[in-house]
Amino acid sequence: MSRYIQNFLKFKPLLGELVARDIKIKYRRSVLGVLWTLLNPLCMMIILSVVFSNLFKFDIENFPLYILSGQVVFNFYSDATSGAMSAIIGSAALIKKVYVPKYLFVLSRVFSSTINLMASFTAMLIVMAATRTEMHWTAFLFPIPLILLVLFSLGIGLILAAVTVKFRDVIHLYGVFVTGLLYLTPVIYPMSILPDWLNKVVMLNPLTNIVMMFRDVMLNNSVFSLSSLLIAAVEAFVSMGIGLYVFYKNQDKFILNI
Amino acid sequence: MDRRTVVKVENVSMRFNLSSEKFDSFKEYIIKSIKNQVSYDEFWALKDVSFEVLQGDSLGLIGLNGSGKSTMLKTIAGVLKPTEGSVAVNGNVAPLIELGAGFDFDLTAKENVYLNGALLGYSRKMMEGYYNDIVEFSELHDFMDVPVKNFSSGMVSRLAFAIATIGTPDILIVDEVLSVGDFRFQQKCEERIHRMMDSGTTILFVSHSIEQVKSICNKIVWLEKGHLKRFGDALEICEEYSKCY
Repeated sequence: MSRYIQNFLKFKPLLGELVARDIKIKYRRSVLGVLWTLLNPLCMMIILSVVFSNLFKFDIENFPLYILSGQVVFNFYSDATSGAMSAIIGSAALIKKVYVPKYLFVLSRVFSSTINLMASFTAMLIVMAATRTEMHWTAFLFPIPLILLVLFSLGIGLILAAVTVKFRDVIHLYGVFVTGLLYLTPVIYPMSILPDWLNKVVMLNPLTNIVMMFRDVMLNNSVFSLSSLLIAAVEAFVSMGIGLYVFYKNQDKFILNI
Repeated sequence: MDRRTVVKVENVSMRFNLSSEKFDSFKEYIIKSIKNQVSYDEFWALKDVSFEVLQGDSLGLIGLNGSGKSTMLKTIAGVLKPTEGSVAVNGNVAPLIELGAGFDFDLTAKENVYLNGALLGYSRKMMEGYYNDIVEFSELHDFMDVPVKNFSSGMVSRLAFAIATIGTPDILIVDEVLSVGDFRFQQKCEERIHRMMDSGTTILFVSHSIEQVKSICNKIVWLEKGHLKRFGDALEICEEYSKCY
């Protein structure tokens, strides 16, 4: 165990550099630069709320924020897992030549998505201030659902990264899967419109629980129940456990397949 | 002087599966495995190779193309895990395997210095200390803020060599890299390698130029088709090798 920790400490600077690289390259040569991490979710939100509050009317108070809060969570998940999925193949040139702990590539992608998550969360706070939405003390609990979300996504990302090295089909399949998942997560619709059987299916989606926890503390002035906290925590740790196991078992074979 | 063993290679064999049919898709894989048609052509890039390198030695690996030199270096660098046998490395390895492998071509040279340093396990702070030395050695004063994609291959290798040889790593792996750059820069690199040897760094050196091997190495591993043909003192084996080819 201490060998792993030592190794991690040696390569900790690399993690920082990789995250910095991801961010730098994304916004290189753009005038507004890193400001885009903030502007992007803001613009998306405006479009979505215009479309959805005029086209489809759901009986939800403060609909733009309802969508935005769902988007913050779901976009992170989609961004982090898709990024992690291509992390190993994308770094093939490096992995073939230099010894680097391979999970670092996955970790760095998830971390740079986390930075985007914080930006879109800030954008959400700006919208809340602009629309004079009441802020409650429960909002201070926001790190709990978000941290669990990051852990959950990291686990899924590790699994995807390992599997993709062997089967490139996953890349194509996962794009479709994420789109489907978006509709199985109450991002743009309220749970109340779902028929009974569909409700059960949507509740099986781990993201649903996290989205609801996040909305509870941010918008509904309520604290999520202990049971949903436990479920989210268990899901996050199971995902991490499986992810680490799958990744660890396969990582020595990566080089033969990339 | 009692010198410790830095690299110990014991009965290392490395097998690659040259899959005659490569399946990239899951469906194909399932169908083929059910029909039991998953066949691989085995290829042993290394077979039962053992040798030891002591601290301060400089070991040359020679052999024709495809004799397993690069595979050997990769197992020592920890990039590949040997199928059989074991490699024990005592100390930190600075790999020069193919210069510029760690570069991100969209980043500027300066940013790449830090990224590459981190790949070798140096923190940003340590790299700041080495930064001037790197610029000095690579002679790229005016180009440090230019994205590396606009560099010529000579510039890339100069920068990469300068980064990889900072500090005093315990083991330096040099894989045919001295063939890049102009004559003057090659000399400069050789000088630097000699200086590192004087300060106790162990060198693992691959080159097709027997002259270079002679001038740098004191021990030689001669590989032929993955088998260890000779291991011993440089001069003797170099002569034999030159006669052979």
